[in-house]
Amino acid sequence: MTRVLIPSGALGLNYDKTALERGLEAKPDIIVIDGGSTDSGPAYLGRGMSKYARASTKIEWAGLMKARAKAGVPLVIGTAGTCGADSAVDWMVEITREIAAEQGQSVKLAVLRSSQDAASVADAYQAGRIDALPNAPVIDRDGILACSNIVALAGAEQITEALDTGADIIIAGRTTDTAIIAALPLQRGDHAGGAWHGAKIGECGALCATNPQSGVLMVEFDASGFTIIPLADGAHASPHTVSAHMLYENSDPFILYEPGGHLDVTGATYAALDQTRVRVEGSEWVPSDRYTVKLEGSRPAGFQVVAMALLRDAHYVAHAQDWADDIAAKCCAKVSDRLGIDADAFSIDLRLIGQSASFGDLESRAGAPVEIGALAIVTAATEVRAEEIAKILNPYLLHHPLTQEEEQPTFAFLFSPPEIKRGQTYEFALNHVMTLDKPMDAFRLEVHDIG
Amino acid sequence: MAELKDVVQKVRSKNAGPFWLTIDIFCGDADAYQTVSAHLTTEAVANVFKADPASLKRFDMADLHVVKFSLPRPHVQGSIADRDMHGASWAALVGEMTIGA
Repeated sequence: MTRVLIPSGALGLNYDKTALERGLEAKPDIIVIDGGSTDSGPAYLGRGMSKYARASTKIEWAGLMKARAKAGVPLVIGTAGTCGADSAVDWMVEITREIAAEQGQSVKLAVLRSSQDAASVADAYQAGRIDALPNAPVIDRDGILACSNIVALAGAEQITEALDTGADIIIAGRTTDTAIIAALPLQRGDHAGGAWHGAKIGECGALCATNPQSGVLMVEFDASGFTIIPLADGAHASPHTVSAHMLYENSDPFILYEPGGHLDVTGATYAALDQTRVRVEGSEWVPSDRYTVKLEGSRPAGFQVVAMALLRDAHYVAHAQDWADDIAAKCCAKVSDRLGIDADAFSIDLRLIGQSASFGDLESRAGAPVEIGALAIVTAATEVRAEEIAKILNPYLLHHPLTQEEEQPTFAFLFSPPEIKRGQTYEFALNHVMTLDKPMDAFRLEVHDIG
Repeated sequence: MAELKDVVQKVRSKNAGPFWLTIDIFCGDADAYQTVSAHLTTEAVANVFKADPASLKRFDMADLHVVKFSLPRPHVQGSIADRDMHGASWAALVGEMTIGA
């Protein structure tokens, strides 16, 4: 039996301290928390930064370091600093050193790094060791080299390697959400299908139960399956809440691909042990012939400047799309003319908030809004150019009339200047897997004594 | 004819990674599930997204009273043309589909 204590779905989302204490009393074998995801978009990986405030991360991590010291078991964070790139791992290590000093703790710290050298990935691509996943972008050598950060998602094998160092704390770069939870049960010989399935159910903390905000969850793994135990007051798991979690952010609710194989839960059974706990058995782990790890890459995609005007005059609200289309056409022509650049070297996108900003051409409804926010998004290769284009756009956003005959209108700007620099933007560039001869080939492990 | 959102408990949409969108229709009970499973066609859902029906994955899960669709994202998450970083708004478009019993 292996007890894995999961304080919440991610460090930075906070956790219920009373429930965490309850978890410690139940004698966990390991404390595991996820530190990231791609869900907040490509900028975090592109910049190699965390999305959460340093202060929040530090306070929550300090609480977990204290809990670890009390329980005397390893504490693991996967995908440290939102994206799991080396710079985000370094940020997390720095925070850990500060806390260790402040708490007077001496700990053995293992650091698992997932960042990839772009040139090595490009070589692997040319050697035929990189395969596209469904709906992957087209890639080539230059596209790979353009990435500011590429990470590989570590699986259970690399986490096990880190656990084998005897570390008190493991800070891992990008890992699969499940690997950090499944690693210890797998290492101890618990049911492999159960280890991966329980890890998937537990990866968002108590999201698989009622009162999901409470966060704290215990998963007990054993030889035939796993048991889900939410720990907060008022949090209950049921066969429905647990099995429904396989739907969550999963394109296939029955199959989950991991490094080294896949999980198949088609035959899984979910049974209520009581009002709070759910028992799951019958999930299957299917090993693969090749050992592959998923790659994520983010690369610069131009600089942006945004500006917004508010339309409140009923005439303009009613004809906002015509107004926006006319501005885009006239301004694009003027930009090409005045800056001497081709129309495909920049873009001006006017989103009508209150009318069609959510779905664009796919919007199926039309209403009669009181006002409309016209958000202009200018994208160009350099910041200087994006700013120039936004300034050429400025008089249109302020004064553009629907027809030549009418009096010149003036729309509402919220700020002076109205242009807001968004800086460098990024785009996800990889949805691929890379074949490795040995699981550690794309990863590096360091051990430090700190405090 | 009714709107899907008024027939079911909840429609949820989320990213399934940066390149896929997944839509979970929680029907709530067996009757609603039967209605949705029988009358909500994959073609109609594809049409809402102007997507090729063959690109959609469909799962009819009677035990959970859930019908689930996954499809390539209308735009890759966070790309310049993307309108919803977390993909959660799209549920409204599906919820407003009409469904005949």
